[in-house]
Amino acid sequence: MRHAAAGVDLESELASASPSVPVKPTPGASLPVLDIRGLSIIYRSLAGDVRAVENVDLALMPGEIVGLVGESGSGKSTLAYGSVRLLRPPAIITAGDVTYRGRRVGAEGVAVLEQSISELRTLRWREIAIVFQSAMNALNPVLKVQEQLEDVIEAHLPMDHAERHERAASLLDFVGIPRDRLRSYPHELSGGMRQRVMIAMALAVDPEIVIMDEPTTALDVVVQREILSQIVELKERLGFSILFITHDLSLLLEIADRIAIMYAGQLVEVGTSQAIHHRPAHPYTRGLLHSFPALHGPRVELAGIPGSPPDLRDLPPGCPFVPRCSYATEACTGIDMRLAQIAGEGDLTHMSACPFVLPDTPVKADAAKGHRK
Amino acid sequence: MSDEIRSAAEFRGPLVLEAVGVHKDFKLGGGPHSAVLNAVRDVSFGLYRSGVVALVGESGSGKSTVARLLSGQERLTSGEVRLDGKKIGLHHRRAFRAYKNEVQMVFQDPFASLNPVHTVRYHLKRPVRIHRAASGHADVSQELVRLISEVQLIPPEQFLAKYPHELSGGQRQRVAIARALAAHPRVLLADEPISMLDVSIRLEILALLNDLRERLELAVLYITHDIASARYFADETLVMYAGDIVERGPSEDVTQQPAHPYTQLLVASAPDPDALGSSMRTGSKIVAGQAGSALSNVIGCRFSPRCPFAEDRCRREAPPSVRVNEHRSAACWRLDVAAPHLVAAGRASGTDTVASS
Repeated sequence: MRHAAAGVDLESELASASPSVPVKPTPGASLPVLDIRGLSIIYRSLAGDVRAVENVDLALMPGEIVGLVGESGSGKSTLAYGSVRLLRPPAIITAGDVTYRGRRVGAEGVAVLEQSISELRTLRWREIAIVFQSAMNALNPVLKVQEQLEDVIEAHLPMDHAERHERAASLLDFVGIPRDRLRSYPHELSGGMRQRVMIAMALAVDPEIVIMDEPTTALDVVVQREILSQIVELKERLGFSILFITHDLSLLLEIADRIAIMYAGQLVEVGTSQAIHHRPAHPYTRGLLHSFPALHGPRVELAGIPGSPPDLRDLPPGCPFVPRCSYATEACTGIDMRLAQIAGEGDLTHMSACPFVLPDTPVKADAAKGHRK
Repeated sequence: MSDEIRSAAEFRGPLVLEAVGVHKDFKLGGGPHSAVLNAVRDVSFGLYRSGVVALVGESGSGKSTVARLLSGQERLTSGEVRLDGKKIGLHHRRAFRAYKNEVQMVFQDPFASLNPVHTVRYHLKRPVRIHRAASGHADVSQELVRLISEVQLIPPEQFLAKYPHELSGGQRQRVAIARALAAHPRVLLADEPISMLDVSIRLEILALLNDLRERLELAVLYITHDIASARYFADETLVMYAGDIVERGPSEDVTQQPAHPYTQLLVASAPDPDALGSSMRTGSKIVAGQAGSALSNVIGCRFSPRCPFAEDRCRREAPPSVRVNEHRSAACWRLDVAAPHLVAAGRASGTDTVASS
């Protein structure tokens, strides 16, 4: 199996000097490495609870890239951070289960939401690492790259100084940065290089899952493209899984295996990149697809999505997209916003929360214009 | 002159604002031997009534410096900025204010450009008073309602009373645009007006700018790093690299048939949803390299270290701007290799490719 083989590959390539951690075979390859079920998260505030994540199911399979797309405030980062318990009050996880099944844990998996603080400490970074959006803020400005990389390694792997140094250097090789940059401070690196150091740091102790939170948003397109292809290449080589958070659907269509679209704290559509691109069902997905100007292909008229996202403190009943939706009818305010397989769609992984608009429903010009609230 | 490049925005209306050989150096550090950064080098272009010109480039390419020079926030090292054909001098307060009446700016970050402790009304009232667009209480009120309706924030009275934190990113940017319109300008310099906004909001703001351009006959400079949006919004696109304009032409032509190797790299790097993973997985490598250096001690073509077509001459001598056709030019020694079809088409149409500078 590619996954297991890649794991061995990593151990020999990256951790040759380490007392090797026994690599267990993947317990049942069809089980997700991260399984989020019915997760709900609120932010408690005086003005009322903000329902940032509402009853979300999402699974990440081994070796898979799942893209999580949504506008700012849609709850995509809250969902990702919440699933590894990185949120602090006023965020409260009110319901749900998160199961982690990596090669280094038992077949039954780990219930992330029930772990103690010390158990979480091993889980974080060793098993699930994060690449944050702003590398300048995430890196310590007064420590050299070397010290920051070695800190991570020291915290998780039993290695002596020379081994740590060698590993830090080989991590930089991995992301295509010259080894002499180990002695650089973050401010001496370009934006792209800093982001690559962040990626190296995330991969430092061979995690199973890497959560990438807008890893390339602050970068120029050329650098963005270079880093993205590097991420895909590293993933193929080392066999980790990626949860990729972004607001840029056009980018996800290119790199993700599956895409989950989030609106107002809820998943509104999930499907393979192909399904989302060619057979979008939910009106919000359709709107997003018509929101970015394409550089390639014929020049088509774009519609965008009128209006702005709703206030999460005071969501309307039923579908939260109703005020901006051109397909909306009376019935929409009464629907249950659960993802369901799309009727008549052969692809069983393609799910949408909208029972009315199907991939074959003709595109409707936005009738909701002027609904600007 | 027959070999002059005519702007693709020219057909929209008469020339309003013009940059002629604009040059801006920044001294890095102090002392007699400090390095000099040519942030903007010999940049010339025009903005035409009701027309949109896009300035595209990576961060550090000097595109925002161009906007700051045109808006009078920064002094030129050499060259001229002309409004209606007259050179502008901004040494006097009064002249500066008169100029600001005509040329206004919209900034990238609507979260930073509005004061959090003041209402929308306050933000709009000040420019209305200062630029004497209206005087007297009733007139000012009427003008405020007009402005806020102009950017489609309805109902106006309700929005005027709000504070920035009560508005979404898109609404804030609308307020920032309304504020720029308060002076009744003829030129709008928009520096990355949509890059901080959510994807679903961006198009609406571009549509609004397009609507204002048409109705108020604004000459617009649209600065962006997103060449795809330039294709949709701008008549003419200028591509900037390390302080130089390396290519210019009609937006559709520049994006669909880029001539300069840097423009080709930009276009190839943009996300292509139709590729659906293929381009990432087949391992097609793009050599991004370092961002362009605009230091004055760099000789030759500034793109040459990253250019797949570079030869010795490119590293020795800066390339002149080469005319491709009536509306297009590119600053490259190796256009015949980089864009052979364009050069051939230029020759076939009888206009020889002539070095114009």
